[in-house]
Amino acid sequence: MNAAMLRLIALRLALGALTLFIVAALVFTATELLPGDVAEALLGQSATPAAVAGLRAALHLDQPSWWRFCLWLGGLLGGDPGVSLVNRLPVVVLIGNRLPNSLKLASITASVTVPLALLLGITTAMWRGSRYDRMVGMAIIGIVSVPEFLIASLAVLVFAVKLRWLPALAFRAGPQDFWAMMRLLAIPVGTLALVGIGQMSRMTRAALVTVLESSYVEMARLKGAGPLRIVLIHALPNALGPIVNAIALSTSFLLGGVIIVETIFNYPGLAKLMVDAVSTRDLPLVQACAMLFCAAYLALVLVADVVAILSNPRLRQR
Amino acid sequence: MSAPSPNAHVSVSGLRVTVGGGAAIVDDVGFEIARGEVLALIGESGSGKTTIALAMLGYARAGCRIAGGRVQVGDTDVLGLSAAGLADLRGRRVAYIPQSAAAAFNPAQRLMTQVTESARIHGLLDRAAAERKAVGLFRALALPDPEGVGERFPHQVSGGQLQRITAAMALITDPDLVILDEPTTALDVTTQIEVLRAFRTVVRELHTTAIYVSHDLAVVAQMADRIIVLKGGRMQEEAPTQRLLDAPAHPYTRELLAAFAPSPRRMEAPVAAPALLEVNGLVAGYGPQARDGAPMVPVLHDVGFAIPAGSVLGVIGESGCGKSTLARVIAGLLPAARGTVKLRGENLPARVADRSRDQLRRVQIVFQSADTALNPARTVRHILARPLKFYHGLDGDAARRRVDALLDMVRLPATLADRPPGALSGGQKQRVNFARALAAEPELILCDEVTSALDAVVGAAVLDLLAELKRELGLSYLFISHDLSTVRAICDQVLILYFGHRMEYAQSGAMLQRPMHPYSDLLIASVPELRTGWLDSVGPTREATPSRHRTACVFFPRCPVSIAGLCDTTPPPPRPLSKGAEILCHRDEASLLAVQDAMKEMP
Amino acid sequence: MRRLSPISMAALAVVVAWALAAVLAPWIAPFPPGRIVTRDSLADLSFRFPLGTDYLGRDMLSRVLFGARYTLGIAALSTSLACLMGVTLGLTAAARGGWFDMAASRILDAMISVPSLLAALVVVSSLGSSIPVLIAVAAVIYTPGAYRLSRAIAVNINAMDFVAVARARGEGTLYLIAAEILPNMILPVLTDFGLRFVFVVLLLTGMSFLGLGIQPPNADWGTLVRENVEGLSFGAPAVITPALAIATLTIAVNALIDSVATGRRDDDIR
Repeated sequence: MNAAMLRLIALRLALGALTLFIVAALVFTATELLPGDVAEALLGQSATPAAVAGLRAALHLDQPSWWRFCLWLGGLLGGDPGVSLVNRLPVVVLIGNRLPNSLKLASITASVTVPLALLLGITTAMWRGSRYDRMVGMAIIGIVSVPEFLIASLAVLVFAVKLRWLPALAFRAGPQDFWAMMRLLAIPVGTLALVGIGQMSRMTRAALVTVLESSYVEMARLKGAGPLRIVLIHALPNALGPIVNAIALSTSFLLGGVIIVETIFNYPGLAKLMVDAVSTRDLPLVQACAMLFCAAYLALVLVADVVAILSNPRLRQR
Repeated sequence: MSAPSPNAHVSVSGLRVTVGGGAAIVDDVGFEIARGEVLALIGESGSGKTTIALAMLGYARAGCRIAGGRVQVGDTDVLGLSAAGLADLRGRRVAYIPQSAAAAFNPAQRLMTQVTESARIHGLLDRAAAERKAVGLFRALALPDPEGVGERFPHQVSGGQLQRITAAMALITDPDLVILDEPTTALDVTTQIEVLRAFRTVVRELHTTAIYVSHDLAVVAQMADRIIVLKGGRMQEEAPTQRLLDAPAHPYTRELLAAFAPSPRRMEAPVAAPALLEVNGLVAGYGPQARDGAPMVPVLHDVGFAIPAGSVLGVIGESGCGKSTLARVIAGLLPAARGTVKLRGENLPARVADRSRDQLRRVQIVFQSADTALNPARTVRHILARPLKFYHGLDGDAARRRVDALLDMVRLPATLADRPPGALSGGQKQRVNFARALAAEPELILCDEVTSALDAVVGAAVLDLLAELKRELGLSYLFISHDLSTVRAICDQVLILYFGHRMEYAQSGAMLQRPMHPYSDLLIASVPELRTGWLDSVGPTREATPSRHRTACVFFPRCPVSIAGLCDTTPPPPRPLSKGAEILCHRDEASLLAVQDAMKEMP
Repeated sequence: MRRLSPISMAALAVVVAWALAAVLAPWIAPFPPGRIVTRDSLADLSFRFPLGTDYLGRDMLSRVLFGARYTLGIAALSTSLACLMGVTLGLTAAARGGWFDMAASRILDAMISVPSLLAALVVVSSLGSSIPVLIAVAAVIYTPGAYRLSRAIAVNINAMDFVAVARARGEGTLYLIAAEILPNMILPVLTDFGLRFVFVVLLLTGMSFLGLGIQPPNADWGTLVRENVEGLSFGAPAVITPALAIATLTIAVNALIDSVATGRRDDDIR
């Protein structure tokens, strides 16, 4: 670690913060687009003027929008993103109830997706142009071209309905053992993993192929290095930055998948909470969920950036 | 097919390499190398020389296939080996020294790890022994700090040193055969000399058998015992080095030799012609400007010269000396921070946007790489018609006729007009490039390394064209090049740049007369000559590093005749010489003559 | 241009067929898409109803044909808008540089970091879901990607010697963009169009599947899957056919892109 790297990492952190701020502004603006009075729209035609006025005050609708943005942002940073318009519960409580479920789904999915994607990406890059590479490539194009709800529906049809191997539900209340939970989550995780593996392995392959076609890999081959040595010692350390980046960026696709999958399987996670909030137009909840997702994604990208900086020998050794 | 002679160490016969569709890029190549002999493969781009060299390792680049023939190293039939057998051969018995050392080193590993890798892969030496041997090789290759250099990463070492380290990497296993693939082509001449010297020393000391691949006959003359001339993947001539130089048998060899030493295309410059272009006190660079108006990354420092109408000024210097920047500043693409550019006494504004259309028309620029200088989405006709319309308002039939005339002027058939640039050869593209400049009917053409990307024979023809156009149209050129012999062939005056400073400014004829600036001396001495034994006759050069002290002479760290206490503290003054030149040096004429004479005396 | 492989010919045929179906739906559909024509809901394939019937007993063939109008039409319109805005902004940023480039790049990069489905949900939560809103949202969501690509290409081309020659000749910015830069961007931008089209189709059908996209009685393919999802348990054609329609369209477009430009798509995200 040296001064130049620290400077670069600090710059990335600052840029990340700036990006998050712009995202917050975008999310806020997007939810402010509704023409007319939000309070009236929310309460409907039959609402009493007193109720409308009360809601207006509660939502700070009598304030200018930039001030509302500041209030909202301050609330987010202070851990108080407001109160649900629908059931009057604090947004923090609603999110807090769902977060563990989403984290569980995310961690299981990641532990399946990342190793498999790396394995596929590395092997297809090693044997690029082979029949294996072409087959995997075609399968991946098929998978990334198909909507997630289709994959999930097909999986339910085959494994739960026809074969009856797995339950069609994804969540069951109450204590249960590890294997029961795995069986419950098999189809949702499988669906997400397919989507994630498609994107991740493709980008891993691309990153690795660039390195494998470099002069220094040719040089290693001409020194008599075997394929394993070439990939492990010469290619992977140099492709680490791009690969970690690919993994981080792929989570953008995974997030779309999570929204669909949690809805289909009625899984009580954050994404389902958000979709329900969108249906009921519970704006504070929608905003908070969106910011949480974006912040998580940006944090991942940031970690990938830092790993890429740390793994760059030009920066590490001056 | 004759049996290999008993003392042949390497023997190749009937070698054939094909590309995708089955077309042969190397065909019917055969030769033998005795133990300890250095064989050179020489030819221009596309001659198949690298492909043949790689076949010695049983290796073909993506898209190519070794389709037939026999390669025998010692008693091993290389082309008959399995994948495991090849891995065993490569790096241990046949080693490879690549063209670009910077690209051939893994950026993530220390140099020592990479240099000793072959020995460890093949289980020849333990780690400590391999590192001891590497240090010995570093020392033999005259690398500074042989004990410490291995601990560095590739980006921490200069290009010339990296190239020498590739030799250590190849020789660590005492291979039976070493392939040197254009190992000095990417280097500047003053760097090349030290690398060549290091290579030759170790090759001689270790009695290495080697194949030296190059396009440069003069370089090969220093290294090789025997030369094979290749063209289009076939052997044209094979002879011992001295005989090939003295009595070339094949017409193509004679053509190559002729292109190497371009005949002068100069004519006597019109005496005391009025200055067409006058440049004074030019300072330019990149990045934001500091408070005193100087750019943060200065490239040119106080450069001045004049080009008389109808004459050619050569600008010469090594990579990074600012010669291309000079052309961009004059063309208005990079506004100068300070200084003036005058065209026929009239001040040219610094930026393109502020110049009048007529001023723009009179100065045209032609770039080095014809590949990127022509818009790939347009036809040749379109490319040439645009300046006709822009400057002269020509279109329709008049423009058509003019395009045909322009093509004829650069000796291209009119049938090329409707092709895209992608369908032309390198030489043809460069001619179209010139035709586009000519379309403006300019007075001055800025030529930025216009022959550097071309093969010698093609480049010589372009040079002839330039001379002819100058004679017919009364043009003037600013001719930028790193190649001294080209500059000498076409230029009336020469300006030598070193890290953006004008070291010497002289008449081309007087250029070679002593005394001269110590850098000019070094530069001229570093250009390989087409004779065996040249390498032994030149003195040492030092690595190009600009002086750290802003007030010192920029050439101080490399100068063999520097005066301590003066050159490292005070910027040198411009000093006129009696041969009519002006140099930037602390030494006066008599003192320079004395030291340069003394150096010539030394063995 | 080299000849198309058999796979890309097939892919092209699929894309053209769906485009024709969208255009000709009113003339070739056997029934009006909204009319209940039988009591036999979620029926199997039959001579009268080649693709079966839906959960209300409407003809699926007609509904899929009309669904093509929504799916393809909205996607084509959104993608065109996104590419138009992206390329215009990208070219301007590359040619002008300076503060415009800085600001545009920062803001659009921030937009890229909002996952697309999430962004669509946020907007729909406030504006509600209607066809104009969906078109605008998809166009805005995919503009930054088109911007990033076209800016990168334009910056690359801008640094080429032939642009320097034109600049030294005295050509204006407009000429540089129109004559020197743009003609060299067409192929990558077209490829990008195809890629983005697929993303929009996936986004749109996903939204509809969640019930937040095209609203009944209108129905795109995503809505058709959602409406008939109860038929999934016995594999009713009403749920499988629209799903297949989506898959064939997106796979065909992707296969076409692959045959035109291999490799590039991997560097792009979203």
